[in-house]
Amino acid sequence: MRIAGKGLIDRTEPVTFTFDGTRYHGFKGDTLASALMANGVRLVGRSFKYHRPRGILTAGPEEPNAMVEVLDNSSQTPNTRATVQEIYEGMAAQSQNRWPSLRYDVMAVNDLAAPILGAGFYYKTFMWPRAFWEGLYEPLIRRAAGLGKLKPQHETASYEKAFAFCDLLVIGSGPAGLMAALTAARNGADVILAEQDSVMGGRLVAQDNALGAGWLTTTLAELKNLPNVRLMPRTTVVGAYDQGTYAALERVGLHLPNTLHLPRECFWRIVAGQAIMATGALERPIAFSNNDRPGIMLASAAQTYLNRFGVTPGQKVTLFATNDHARTVARQLIAAGVKVVAILDSRPDASAVEDCPVYLSAAVTDTQGRRTLSQISGHHAGGDFQIETDCLLMSGGWNPLVNLACHHNAKPSWREDIAAFVPHPGMVPGLHAAGAANGRFSTHAALSEGRDTALAALTAMGKPAQTQALPEAEDAPYRLQALWQVPGKGRAWIDFANDVTVKDVKQSAQEGYTSVEHMKRYTTQGMAPDQGKNSNVGALAVLADATGRGIAETGTTTFRAPFTPVSIGALGAGGQGAGFAPQRYMTSDQASRDRAAPMIEAGLWYRPSYFPKPGETTWRQSCDREVLMVRSAVGVADVSTLGKIDIQGKDAARFLDFVYTNTFSTLPVGRVRYGLMLREDGFVMDDGTTARLGENHYLMTTTTAAAGQVMRHLDFIHQAYCPDFQVRFISVTESWAQFAVAGPLSKMLLNSLLDERLADFPFMSCGEVTVEGVKARLFRISFSGEEGYEIAVPTAYGEALFRDLLAKAETLDGGPYGMEALNVMRIEKGFITHAEIHGRVTAFDIGMAKMVAARKDCIGKASATRPGLNGPEREQLVGLRCDAAIGAGAHLFTPGDKVERVNDQGYVTSVCYSPTLGTNLALAFLKDGRARHGQRIRLVDHMRKTDVICEVTDPVFLDPEGAKLRA
Amino acid sequence: MRLTCPLCGERDRREFYYSGSDDYLNRPAADAPVEAWDDMLHLRVNPAGVTKDLWYHETGCGSWLVVTRNTVTHAVLATELVAARKGVAK
Repeated sequence: MRIAGKGLIDRTEPVTFTFDGTRYHGFKGDTLASALMANGVRLVGRSFKYHRPRGILTAGPEEPNAMVEVLDNSSQTPNTRATVQEIYEGMAAQSQNRWPSLRYDVMAVNDLAAPILGAGFYYKTFMWPRAFWEGLYEPLIRRAAGLGKLKPQHETASYEKAFAFCDLLVIGSGPAGLMAALTAARNGADVILAEQDSVMGGRLVAQDNALGAGWLTTTLAELKNLPNVRLMPRTTVVGAYDQGTYAALERVGLHLPNTLHLPRECFWRIVAGQAIMATGALERPIAFSNNDRPGIMLASAAQTYLNRFGVTPGQKVTLFATNDHARTVARQLIAAGVKVVAILDSRPDASAVEDCPVYLSAAVTDTQGRRTLSQISGHHAGGDFQIETDCLLMSGGWNPLVNLACHHNAKPSWREDIAAFVPHPGMVPGLHAAGAANGRFSTHAALSEGRDTALAALTAMGKPAQTQALPEAEDAPYRLQALWQVPGKGRAWIDFANDVTVKDVKQSAQEGYTSVEHMKRYTTQGMAPDQGKNSNVGALAVLADATGRGIAETGTTTFRAPFTPVSIGALGAGGQGAGFAPQRYMTSDQASRDRAAPMIEAGLWYRPSYFPKPGETTWRQSCDREVLMVRSAVGVADVSTLGKIDIQGKDAARFLDFVYTNTFSTLPVGRVRYGLMLREDGFVMDDGTTARLGENHYLMTTTTAAAGQVMRHLDFIHQAYCPDFQVRFISVTESWAQFAVAGPLSKMLLNSLLDERLADFPFMSCGEVTVEGVKARLFRISFSGEEGYEIAVPTAYGEALFRDLLAKAETLDGGPYGMEALNVMRIEKGFITHAEIHGRVTAFDIGMAKMVAARKDCIGKASATRPGLNGPEREQLVGLRCDAAIGAGAHLFTPGDKVERVNDQGYVTSVCYSPTLGTNLALAFLKDGRARHGQRIRLVDHMRKTDVICEVTDPVFLDPEGAKLRA
Repeated sequence: MRLTCPLCGERDRREFYYSGSDDYLNRPAADAPVEAWDDMLHLRVNPAGVTKDLWYHETGCGSWLVVTRNTVTHAVLATELVAARKGVAK
């Protein structure tokens, strides 16, 4: 039912698509809704609960009925509004919530059972037996009532996220938005104009003659050519956040056949100095019996279909109106050659002069037609009527789209004269409403308010604000008579999307759910994908009536972001798979992978777990070999992930004394010391070695996991407590590649590479060396218990040095070792990691109370001495030996005690099999543990079904005197 | 949410690390009674209205800031550098 010569579609570009498997033709510029309408398809969906036949109600994103599934290679997108989805060549869409077909839907029997299926039916009926709810009732109900389905597959389509900044964000490109954007742009402001539709112009596009086509075209051309303006069609601003931040969703590839090279959607964060909400208004339906049949739609939607798409929704059209706007629609339909059978005007005093019959004081009380409208009946001033019609247009007045203004939880104000909620200034700082969104419905009012609001916004930002001339435009009054519901026997729909009727709302009030928030939850009104855009005001008008209150007093429910649904894919754009977190690679990464080392995550870093040799089939074989290799020859490990903080300044030593529990001002230049750091609440924060490279120059090492936290901590201490200290620090973690060289042959290995042989270089010393001409730093420290060194070179030389070290090591029966072997060796030595210093242990707990220097203050010192942190009641670090394999997380009990929480004596933090000692070892925290060395303890692990007796020991299992370290 | 770093200008809140109340700035003397430490470490008011808390410009300049903001309106009323606040020795 195209109308020749009307519409902005491109008739030279036909487009073929399918709906429920049938091929149809439309034109470029059509939405799925307009193309279906042009093909005479009226039944496009089934309702949520009663499976009623449904057609198209609106022409925009607020559509509650015409929701379809769009299929493409990678996905099945449910609940797509046919009124928004543009057609493209080869597009496939299908109706949803019906079986076996849209025409013959078995679940339509629900409609016959409607008398018992009203609000609260499920709550009252499926109460017993209680256990049946999850297993039986809910799945059944969900299958029967529901919306579209997702493909049960991983989402593979791509999405984007982006940021934008501007002086003025204009939301909506109707007359108010365009005039606002034009005013700001001509005054030199940076402007973003966001429009949810694919074409700019808002109602101007639908109204055809409101301003003449010329003004819209020239204005858009001017805006497009201005360098300080960014036009963003297909972009819905979905949320207003703090400090001028707005969320917007752009449909990027959803209207194109081949989206392989384009993301489907882009999630924008737009930061604006000021914003103008020119979001317009939505026409509202009227509740009367059977007002949901296909063929009944909003008058403004029919106007859009006629003028923008060149389609008429019917051949014999009737209008049911409460205001003057519908008259324009009727005149335009008549002018286009469509037969308008009658205008049924609810007002007694409206004009009756039109080119079609007009009935005053009229009300539609019922409609007929099985799958599409065929007849309406009602009464008017002259008596009852029955009219044959295939299309009834409702015009119940306009609701300004106040949503964005309410996103900070402010409530809109009720305006009795237009029977609508409107925003008021200050609801969202910096967001100003203009035009229909502000309750100003004439084109002239929209233009002038758009301009004036823009001028005010520019002034608020201290920018030039020269006024602009307005084009001539209609300024007709609105003349609304509020009409929410027509009394009658049948069901009158309020919320089409969730199948909520007038009766449901009244019943809610009767049963005591008189608060609008309770009514919403009891009836589910406003909870469908359209979030009540068509129904909220109508529902609360009915509720107000049922409870004898005014609408203003009844109030609205809460408007929350997003304004229209946002796909999770868009919200999480860039965060799928490897995009979830940044990956940090060491310089040795490729060399390790070349040796088939499995990589494990350590924070954001990837570190080699072990280096398998031919014939080794389990990680344990490789790990045991690597441990014995280090203990008997030499091993090389990349330890670059440890945090490195370069600290310099006159007060560097003083600063470190304050940061660490122990003293660093006494550390000689060229020496390294182990340091312990507490949080201010007395618990251990981190540990590591710090080297004194010069009088006023230290290099601190942090654990891999806590590098960022320590940096933040140092910055805080300096800036908050001692900003007068002359000290500066910077993270150099990524500037240096650092390798541990450990084992009895470590010095021999180093000497084979260093330009000068190492002279006396005792344990815990540091100094500069050169390796193949490159300046390097050498530290004699050990995390393995063997004679050990760490050599650091600028990152650029990391990979080369690693490969050289391995090559030389292998000539000495040594080689690389991974995290597993590193972990075994440190457990054998009783060295702690964050498995032990997990945030709930004190220096006392780990046996380092003496490291809290008595003579100076330090962060955490005062708290570390408080009661409860230093006694036999504390769980203290111990070692455990066991013949059986044990797991971390196991709990400890005194043999003979019942295994109950109250008897818990502690827990295991780290375990390993020690190939050096030939037994299983663990580090654990045990109540009064240091007094229990030599005792036996019961270890229970419910997860791994372990229940064994262990021996409690000192946590240092190997070489407690440190003879090997100092060798 | 946007915060204005006195050194870097207005930035998205994702650049900042939120730490908590500015009570942490009032570190008691080393020999202060345990109650004073308890106060500083653990006791917090939770105002519906103006509050002051500490933010760290972690992916920016590394400055710690005292941010004065309103928990009801979300308005950010002031930001100042911890290191430059009044009453601190220079």
